Amino acid sequence: MSETHHEEVHRHPAPTGFIRKYIFSLDHKVIGIQYIMLALAAVMVGMLMSLLMRLNLSWPGTSWSILGTLFPTGAPGGVMNPEFYLSLVTMHGTIMVFFVLTTAPQGGFGNYFLPIQIGAEDMAFPVLNMMSFWVTLVGFIVILLAIFVEGNHALGEAFASLGPSWAGGSGTVGPIGGWTGYAPLSALGKIAGPGQGAGMNLWVISIAIFCVGSLLGALNFITTLLNMRTRGMSLMRMPLTCWAWFTTAVLALLSFPVLLGGGILLLLDRIAGTSFFIPGGLYVSGVLSGTNVNFPLHTGGSPILWQHLFWFFGHPEVYIAILPGMGATSHILATFARKPVFGYRAMVFAIFAIGLLGFFVWGHHMFISGMSPYSAIAFSVLTLSIGVPSAVKTFNWLGTLWGGRIRFTTAMLFALGFVSLFVAGGISGLILGQSSLDLPMHDTYIVPAHFHLVMGVASIFGMFAATYFWFPKMFGRFMNETIGRIHFWITFVGVYAIFMPMHVMGLQGMPRRYAQFTEYEFLKTLHPLVVFVSIAAIITITVQLLFYFNVFWSMFKGKPAGENPWEATTLEWNTTSPPPHDNFAGVLPTVYHGPYEFAVPGAPRDYVMQTDVDIEVPSGNGHNGHKH
Amino acid sequence: MGRVLAVIIWIVTLLSVLLFLSGKWWLPAAISNHAPALDRQFLITIIVVGLSFTAAQIGLGWMVWKYRDTGKANDRAIYSHGSNRLEVLWTVITAVVFIALGVMGQSVWASLRLNDAPPGSYSVEVVAQQFQWNFHYAGKDGKFGRTDPSLIDDGSLNFIGLDSNDPAAADDSTSAMLAIPVNRPVELRLRSKDVIHNFWVPQLRFKQDLVPGMEIKVHFTANKVGKYELACAELCGQLHFKMKSYMLVLPEDELNALLALPQDQFTARIAELRDKYQLPEYK
Amino acid sequence: MATMVTSTKPARKTSPGSGPKIPGPNGNGRKHDGDFRGPESQGNRYRIGMWVGLASVAMMFTSLSSAYIVRSASSNDWTPLPMPRVLLVSTVLILASSVTLEAARRKLRAGLSALYKRWLLLTVILGLAFLVAQLFAWRQLVRQGIYLASNPHSSFFYLLTGAHAVHLMGGLLGLLFLTLRWRRQTTEQTSIVKRKAATDAVTVYWHFMDALWIYL
Ligand code: HEA
Ligand code: HEA
Ligand code: CUA
Ligand SMILES: [Cu+2]
Repeated sequence: MSETHHEEVHRHPAPTGFIRKYIFSLDHKVIGIQYIMLALAAVMVGMLMSLLMRLNLSWPGTSWSILGTLFPTGAPGGVMNPEFYLSLVTMHGTIMVFFVLTTAPQGGFGNYFLPIQIGAEDMAFPVLNMMSFWVTLVGFIVILLAIFVEGNHALGEAFASLGPSWAGGSGTVGPIGGWTGYAPLSALGKIAGPGQGAGMNLWVISIAIFCVGSLLGALNFITTLLNMRTRGMSLMRMPLTCWAWFTTAVLALLSFPVLLGGGILLLLDRIAGTSFFIPGGLYVSGVLSGTNVNFPLHTGGSPILWQHLFWFFGHPEVYIAILPGMGATSHILATFARKPVFGYRAMVFAIFAIGLLGFFVWGHHMFISGMSPYSAIAFSVLTLSIGVPSAVKTFNWLGTLWGGRIRFTTAMLFALGFVSLFVAGGISGLILGQSSLDLPMHDTYIVPAHFHLVMGVASIFGMFAATYFWFPKMFGRFMNETIGRIHFWITFVGVYAIFMPMHVMGLQGMPRRYAQFTEYEFLKTLHPLVVFVSIAAIITITVQLLFYFNVFWSMFKGKPAGENPWEATTLEWNTTSPPPHDNFAGVLPTVYHGPYEFAVPGAPRDYVMQTDVDIEVPSGNGHNGHKH
Repeated sequence: MGRVLAVIIWIVTLLSVLLFLSGKWWLPAAISNHAPALDRQFLITIIVVGLSFTAAQIGLGWMVWKYRDTGKANDRAIYSHGSNRLEVLWTVITAVVFIALGVMGQSVWASLRLNDAPPGSYSVEVVAQQFQWNFHYAGKDGKFGRTDPSLIDDGSLNFIGLDSNDPAAADDSTSAMLAIPVNRPVELRLRSKDVIHNFWVPQLRFKQDLVPGMEIKVHFTANKVGKYELACAELCGQLHFKMKSYMLVLPEDELNALLALPQDQFTARIAELRDKYQLPEYK
Repeated sequence: MATMVTSTKPARKTSPGSGPKIPGPNGNGRKHDGDFRGPESQGNRYRIGMWVGLASVAMMFTSLSSAYIVRSASSNDWTPLPMPRVLLVSTVLILASSVTLEAARRKLRAGLSALYKRWLLLTVILGLAFLVAQLFAWRQLVRQGIYLASNPHSSFFYLLTGAHAVHLMGGLLGLLFLTLRWRRQTTEQTSIVKRKAATDAVTVYWHFMDALWIYL
């Protein structure tokens, strides 16, 4: 028996030599770490951009000499001009959503731990897995290229030779369109103003490439989970993390193709002169469509079509961003509360419900876009109902803590922070979700308030928790708990200080994507709040350096961690830290119990690992993990 | 540690709630007929949402306070996989509450969007462009002159491409400011010359995209004379943040007097009116 | 060996099969340990992967065709295309290729690898012929002065046929992969099963492309 495993498990023998081992590796664990590193690089760029954004919003017209030297056209004399700010917003949003929250949670931690947690020796298609990372990396490089093509004149000129739509060098750090890239602004080309040239082309191309990478990944995740679970790993014995990663993969599989399609159409409109999204008779900056080489004739395109394609992807995308965080949170709460997950089955259904409903609510981003007011009503009610499974999850998290013996490791602190922030951010979705209330709320700062709390930090807290929790397994060493705690306390309070005030700004009507709030009387009264938010942001962002230091310092200097430092139950704690090339050194484990058997009466330890054979676990207690 | 976290969570929650209760920052005083209903719906929602938020945070704090590991030897957590009764209970409750909110949240929307402007309402054509507003008034005959993008001529200030040969256009006038009557239904016909813009007056509790290639008709009734800032709330490019204009809500007679004027005097008069009226006070 | 797996407790606990309970089903949903991680399971991998992949391809074309519908409704500039006659030829070609590939698959199942190869090769040729036919179709349109940007209908025509062609090339690569595979004359049971699976996968994909074409 164990012989056949032996032969099978070593399908691809452990590679030797640096390149095959760490660069073009087929090992899901290395690929996972590569994804996480990519995310860490991306989030650094995104954070710096948000820092500049805050500086410009609260101290407009101030001169930041470094900027002046870096971007002579975008920030002449160090003073950011509007297009510079708007390109910051666009790139900040794009990088954060795509290259941080669609890489680390799924491609990073999912890649590393899904196979181990289901007792597999690797992903189903290792080569595909490697490709998905490298494709994603190319996407990232392309989006970074946008910064320089628009920011640097020489490069801009070079690209301009590619064709009219390729003119760059408008002094920005990329395109201007927001991460949603609404057409026709994003489709018209440089006639529509600065940041509409090469930067926008590269933006679209980068997104398209990213779609391909994610699709390869999703395909791999689904196949692996369906095909490669080890003996005894029935679906209802999987950790909730696996359910989350699986659902996320399904969402990605069905939503990214739509964005890819839309992206291709948009690119054709930009470089091939088609009219998918560009209506006829446009008169842009003094030129009538069709009367000038820079502005070919367009007819009959539908701008709203782009919004439908984008948001059909866009809404599932935001759940792609948070489901893995939810999974990690459930996993970590149970582990450190020393208690089984409360309502495991309900949690699984909730994940599915969120994933399913997520495909039918995209219209809530388009209430005031001019689409049919009747469909708005349908979208609105569906949107509110998606709050139900989310609330159910919240209740179950609280239920898991109830009667526990909570150990406050840094990982646990961040998991608890996730719950707090998810409620804080999700709850405002119930306001935005009502078509009537969206009339005043849409495109005001209450929207950034909503999605930063729920995505910008809840999901990110999920990643923090995951990092502190799984680091010992990935590198065989603990992260420094003291630094970790400091990092938590300041970040937790800091993000509330940044994003709570944005709600009331929104109530007073402060519009999004404004380079300055100096033009309107009704915005002037908000200045103190704007400054407060910026100061909170500066502090919070600085503190993140502690996290980076902690990660890289602990890799080499951290306290050595054993095989199962947290006394956890699932399979990843059932092998060495870090695990061997094939995860289980030749013999795949066999699973006898549900994933979260903590505090089992009469058991020798207060935790029963999934592989423990001769420990009896009382069954028939609403948990069907053992009913085989 | 558990206690500290609990306290911090509670403090953060308290401050967040106070931020809203302070009343210092709130929706500006409304001036439209549909606003009271909308504000009521908002109040109901914010209360429900606020209570859930507080309840959840207090609950979370309480759990971490009460159930922290006290380090007692072999003292274990309660062994429970949950309770199906509870699951059903809170699923049903939240479902009822949230969906009820959702349904209630449609009434104002339906009253504004599912029907055309009532007969006898006052129509203005709004033509947005990077980065300015153009308003096209029908004049005495109440008919809008024909417009055509190929006739647009920025030089002679014909921003909307009004066809001067069309008799209906004879008494039309255009302006960069919006003047509407008080207490009379207003119909806006929203168009855009280039990219998507958004018509946004906070006091109106009203917002609508202007989409190129479409003419979107919307209607509302303003009920307070005065001058209000009109902002663009959809990213439209470089100067999005200063695509500003004013909405003047005028007594019927003052408005009619204005509309009776030929273009040049119209422009002068509407400027006077802008200076005559003051912006509302902001707290 | 097993000791390496778990050191927090005696090794025997994880040695497979042992223990009081019958372990639950494994990844193949089979209760018995039969061919766990055996060639069967690895074969399924290709089949599952292919269906999952097709789901996303389907999604992409769904989005494009819904765009097609919306766009055609949204405008008055919808000028019908003179459909190139070559398209009939290409349709025949692709249908035929599906038949031949199906035949190939049957032959493989029946273990007649010689015939299998022949049918496979034929399919590849037909596939290539189809692509050539496509090129002719485009050339014909271009000669009539109908380009990508001429009008929305032509845009969609080029786009959809183009996308289809790209995916079809993917299928061709798959076929080539199979044809190359037969060189490695193997008796090893694993790889035969794998080949069966791979063939199934590619066949499914090909039929899908076929159906897609008809739909377009
Ligand atoms: C991770 C990302 C994420 C998540 C999870 C969500 C979750 C939700 N979002 Fe959000 N959303 C975004 C990311 C996300 N959103 C982004 C990025 C945008 C902006 C896009 C852009 O324009 O740039 C956006 C915008 C956005 C809009 C458009 C606003 C506008 O532009 O006008 C709307 C409107 O309906 C909305 C609704 C919702 C709803 C109803 C949920 C629901 O899923 C929320 C469900 C959660 C809850 C309801 C809380 C559960 C807990 C309780 C209820 C507590 C109960 C406990 C007790 C009572 C003890 N979101
Ligand atoms: C993940 C998503 C994410 C994150 C983390 C952030 C983080 C921040 N965001 Fe952003 N933001 C967006 C997504 C995000 N944002 C999006 C989608 C938009 C809309 C763009 C548009 O309008 O088109 C936006 C827009 C936006 C605006 C509105 C601009 C405008 O409309 O004019 C502002 C204004 O202040 C802002 C500020 C900030 C600040 C101060 C932070 C601070 O940086 C918060 C402090 C940072 C953290 C707490 C995170 C630290 C994380 C790590 C250190 C790594 C995590 C670990 C792993 C990856 C393993 N953001
Ligand atoms: Cu016009 Cu923003
Ligand atoms: Cu959404």
